[in-house]
Formats: sequence, C-alpha cells, structure tokens
Amino acid sequence: MSSIKLYPPKPKQVYFFGTCLVDLFYPDAGMAGIQLLEHEGIEVIFPQDQTCCGQPAYTSGYQDQAREVAAAQLKLFPENHLIVLPSGSCAGMMREHYPELFTGQPEETRAKDIASRVYELTEFLLHVCHIQIEDKGEPIKVAMHTSCSARREMGLGEVGPALLRKMDNVELVEQARIKECCGFGGAFSVRHPEISGAMVTDKVEAIDATGADTMITSDCGCMMNITGAAEHIKSQEIKSQGKGGSFNGEHIASFLWRRCHES
Amino acid sequence: MSHNQSVKEFHPRVHNAIANPQIRANFRKAMDGLMDKRQQAFPSDDELERTRELAAAIRLRALAKLPELLEKLEANLTAQGIKVHWAEDGDEACKIILDICQQKKAKSVIKGKSMVSEEMELNHYLEKHGIEALESDLGEYIVQLAEETPSHIIMPAIHKNTDQISDLMHEKTGTKKSRDVEYLTAEARQQLRERFEKADIGVSGVNFAVAETGTLCLVENEGNGRLTTTVPPVHIAVTGIEKVVENLEDVAPLLSILTRSATGQHITTYFNMISSPRKEGELDGPEEVHLVLVDSGRSNIYQDDELLDTLRCIRCGACMNHCPVYTRIGGHAYGHTYPGPIGSILMPHLVGMDDAKDLPSASSLCGACGEVCPVKIPIPKLLVRLREESVAGNSDHANSVVKGRGVKRNRVESLVWKGWAKMHKHGGLYRTGTGLATVFRGLVPSNLGAWTNCRTAPKLAASTLHQQVKARQQEKAAQDKNQGEPS
Repeated sequence: MSSIKLYPPKPKQVYFFGTCLVDLFYPDAGMAGIQLLEHEGIEVIFPQDQTCCGQPAYTSGYQDQAREVAAAQLKLFPENHLIVLPSGSCAGMMREHYPELFTGQPEETRAKDIASRVYELTEFLLHVCHIQIEDKGEPIKVAMHTSCSARREMGLGEVGPALLRKMDNVELVEQARIKECCGFGGAFSVRHPEISGAMVTDKVEAIDATGADTMITSDCGCMMNITGAAEHIKSQEIKSQGKGGSFNGEHIASFLWRRCHES
Repeated sequence: MSHNQSVKEFHPRVHNAIANPQIRANFRKAMDGLMDKRQQAFPSDDELERTRELAAAIRLRALAKLPELLEKLEANLTAQGIKVHWAEDGDEACKIILDICQQKKAKSVIKGKSMVSEEMELNHYLEKHGIEALESDLGEYIVQLAEETPSHIIMPAIHKNTDQISDLMHEKTGTKKSRDVEYLTAEARQQLRERFEKADIGVSGVNFAVAETGTLCLVENEGNGRLTTTVPPVHIAVTGIEKVVENLEDVAPLLSILTRSATGQHITTYFNMISSPRKEGELDGPEEVHLVLVDSGRSNIYQDDELLDTLRCIRCGACMNHCPVYTRIGGHAYGHTYPGPIGSILMPHLVGMDDAKDLPSASSLCGACGEVCPVKIPIPKLLVRLREESVAGNSDHANSVVKGRGVKRNRVESLVWKGWAKMHKHGGLYRTGTGLATVFRGLVPSNLGAWTNCRTAPKLAASTLHQQVKARQQEKAAQDKNQGEPS
C-alpha cells in the first residue's frame, strides 16, 4: 500500500469487473457481489468485453502480453464511475501495477485514472457503502483468510473481518499464522508445486485447528487453492477416519448475500 | 558437504528439503522464534515505519553518492594507515587476500563472519594454496565442521538443532554428546581461543564503512569479531562496495534497525569501529589493516535505477525469516550464497541469470519480505522485474544490464502467452472460449498434474458470470416489456 485511500461518498453507478477466476469458477460470488451493490441502491454496469486484468502474464514476466490485455481493459470504463472488483489480487493489479505497466506508454494517463477509481468489493461495501448487515443465518463458526494482495498491497487486512464481525450469528475464529500466504501465487503454484503444496497443506491444518465450519475469503485464487487442498486432505483422511480438511470455502460476497438476503 | 548442497538443480533440492521433516521442523521453529522477537523489538508500528523511512533514506543517499563516497572512504582510510584494495570479482578478491597472506608468510587465517567471503569461496581458495582458514563465528564454525555452507545469512547453522550440533561436535572435535547448549558453546569457545592465539591473519566482514571518518563498523554478538580484528598481527576486512555510508550519524539508525530486524536485539553485544592499525605507543591491535572492496556485479546493477534498490540491503535476514518459502525449504535448497528473498533478487546479478534462473520464480509474491525489509527494498517488485528479465518478457527493458537476460525464454512458453494475450484482449473471443469451456467442463480431467498432487481439481461453473449477467439483463428487459404492455 503506497498511500492512504480516502473514500468517496456512495455513488449512483459503478462498473463491476468480475475477474477471470470468478467468471469461470465462482460466478455465484460475482453475482452475489453485484446483488449486494444493487441492494445498496447502486446501478451496476458490467462491461461484457471484460476479460482478465493481465496479472497472470505480469507475474510470470510476460509484461508485453500483460500490457496488451490490460490495454483492452482500459477501454471498458469510459464514464467516470468507480470500478469494483470482488478480488484483492486483481484490484491490486489494477490499482498498484497498471500505472507502472503503462509508464511512458500512450495509455499512461488512462491507466492512472483507472487505477485511482479501483476498489476491492469488501472495502467498497464497508468504507463507501457503510453497509448495514442483518444476519439471518444459522449460527456458524468461520475463519477468514485474507489474500496477501488484499492485506499487503491494498492494506485491507482488517476489512473482511470487520464485515464478518457485523454478522450476529457468525463466530469469527483466528487461525495460527493468519498473515501467512496460502501458497497460491498464481503461476507459482504450478511452477513450484511442492513448495506451494507444503504451504497450502499447513494452511488447511491451521484452519482445521480452529474448528471453523467455513473458510471465508475475498480472493478466488486463495479459495481454489485452500478448498482444493482441504477436499484432497478430506478424501485422503476418510480412510483413516481423520477429520482433516473438514471445512467448506465460500467467497465473502456469497456468504454475505446468502445469509442476509436468502436465508 | 550435505547431500542437498551437492544437488545441481533447484527442483530436486526443493524436493529433498520438503521431504526432510527435520529441515522443515528446524526452520519452522527458528523462523517462528525470530519473527516473534522482531515483533517484540518494534512495539510501535509508527516508530517502526519512521525508522524504516529513515534507514531507507540513509541507504538511498549513500547509493546516490556511491562513487564519491567510495573515493572519500579510500582517501580517509589510506590517510589513517589502512590499505584499500579494489576487486572486480570474487576471484580477484581471493588473489588479493592470498597475496597479503603470502607476503606475511601466513599459515593460518582466522575468520569472523563475512557473507562476501562466502560469496567468493575464500576458505576453499586459501586451503587450495596451503593456508588454513578457520571460521570463528559459532554458527560458521559448526557449518565448517559439517563441511557445509551457511543456510541463513546471519544464523549460518540454523538448519541444525541442538542434537545435530552435539553429534557433529562429538564426531569432529571429541566433545561429549550433550543437549546442554552452554556446555557445547563453552567447548567451542575453548577450541577457538587456542586458534586465535596461533592465527597469522584475521579476516572479517564489514557492516558499514563510513566514508567521512574512514571507519569500518562490525556488528557481532560473540566477541569473535573483536578477537579476529585485534589479536592477529594483520587484519583484512572484506566487503561489497555497497556497504558504504556517508557519515557517523548514519550509523546509529542503521545499527538499531539492523539488530532489531535481525534478532530482535536492541543492540548487539559487540559493536566494533575500526579506523586504523595499531598506532605507536598502543598496546594492542593489528600492525596492518587492509580493506578489500568487492564489486562482483554490483556496479553493473548500479546502472539501473530500479535494480540498484537491491544494493540498499543491510543484510539483516528479516526477509528470509518472514518468507513462507524459505521457511519450508531452508537456505540450502536455494543453492546459492544468499538464500531467501534477498538472495533471489541479488544472486542473478552476482552469478548471472543463467546460474540463478529459478530463484526469482521461487516466491508466491506474498509481499511479507517487502513488508519487513528495514530499508524498504521493494523485493516483490524486483522479483517480478527479474522474472521478466529471465524470459525477456518486457520490450521496454530490451537493453537492460542484467547478465543472462532471456535465458529462460523458450518458444513454447512465449507462444502460450501470445495465445493467451490474443484471447484476452478481444472480449468476443474470450466469451466464446469461456463459453465453450463451460459447455465441455465435464471433460476437464480430475488429474491436473502437479496441482492435483495435493488438491482436487477446480470445477468450471455451468455458466460464466458474463452469461449470468446477460441472462439476468434479458430477463429484466422482458419483465419490463411485459409490465409496459396493457394486460
């Protein structure tokens, strides 16, 4: 986080950038995000030409390709509305790395303008919408995993837990080494599978130890990684009657929408 | 040499480390302890942030004036009777030190802790020329007994637990097997004391070289640094050219943040300031003092205003203590002198990208390193920069100074990324592709190679968010239309 973000008043309209992982694997989280915003009285504009923020190429070192893809996204937000993303990682890419990626390029001004309009969904709900939460769900014990990008790049470590604490029937428990990376890291998990595997296995163990029913996160990369490992551990342990990996994973947007508006 | 250190490739070394429960347990325990100590040494976030800002500013100012400060340092040291030598690389530095040893007819050298001497493999070089080099830092001594290299830059033997050290000392020096750390330390101390008396030359590192006063500062806890630099008749200090700072006022804040970041100590037991050989009438101190300033690729990265941030480093090791990757695999798996995040951004410059090509990718970019760095080196950003250099993936840096740029580039991977970019820069193409993916989602195999070794395969949704949003809009439009029509 390079500077303090001053939050604007709640706008009438926003752009929604769903991110490619949500699009393909967790569209319900995206829909829940859109519905939460609409419930706040905001009109949500979803540009159909959106694809990916470009981060996979960027962190793999293919800046030329990341720039091509990012340049296409820069064209999606012609009006001066704020841009909301249900992911700290992709929001971090746009807010923190777009300006640097386009330094000296024709799109530099546009990139800086867009970066300044980017908000991660939970920070937007908490700090811009000042969301009122009426939890109608059954009592539940949850652990929150905040992505490293949300925590360190965006400075949002306290936002997710703050939202969860507003929920009357939710008991938020804290896993050991809560700030430690889950081991996803995009291409890292494929390039260095053993290190990534060791990290996520430890993460599952830490969450298991809290006795949480559900792991909540606001980043689908971490979710895919942690719940994938939990499911794997669970399937392995059924034979030995162990209880490892017994929690579910849910995106914070789905969790909020489900418990406040669908229960 | 330990089994893992002789393995040439990065992935097999990682495999060995991950599969070794002793390594995993030793590092986890040690790193948890070090993180906790650092946390306690910085009770106030505001104070920590102020101190980091100050330390970073001091290092940046020193680097901004690096050529000028190095000249000033040389002039002042020379005037005070310390002989200054310049070495373009480790080999040249080794030769300079060997020359001094040979002139002095030295048979044995005692060494204080110095990572630069590890970088240039000084011990092996001297031994090849018939000069015995003995490490006097306890951790370095243990590592030397085990015929290994340091696994951490400030705690070289952190990969070993007490039992392993006891067994090693028993086997190599005949001490009793014991879990009593005080007994083991006292034994090692006794063994080393005898060697200090016999050593012809002492070799040490330098933590800060003060240009304005010509002072070499050495930070240590065991007193071995003081003995190394005062007992033998000749003292040779060796360091990288980036260790220079402008004046004495710069030292206090750097020292404070160095020790607190490294071990959580507010100050170390010893802090040595060396400014000349023994003067006439003085009772102790070496008769001769030399400083060897080593470049080894440092002046090369100085040409690049992003990469030069690497040179801010004050070698506290906090980045490795907080690194989830280092904690899992330990220092030896990296296969280079400097492990952990700092090693991954420094080694490519010291040995060339060809030899260090796997290091920049060995990070999840979680940012823990950058968050704790006392001089605010943007380590994650530099890791990304080096990934880009390794595949020559950014045409903006086509003329970069990085040795071995593009060594990892291969046709298949670059074609994959070109294809990826083509699909993702056209919304229509992307929607067609992702739409098809959801249709054929049943065909995704449950075995996805490395990913599914410890995870289940991710499941594609039945419809994309794009599709769901569109369907919802159409539904709404139809509803609005129906409502608009008279019933």
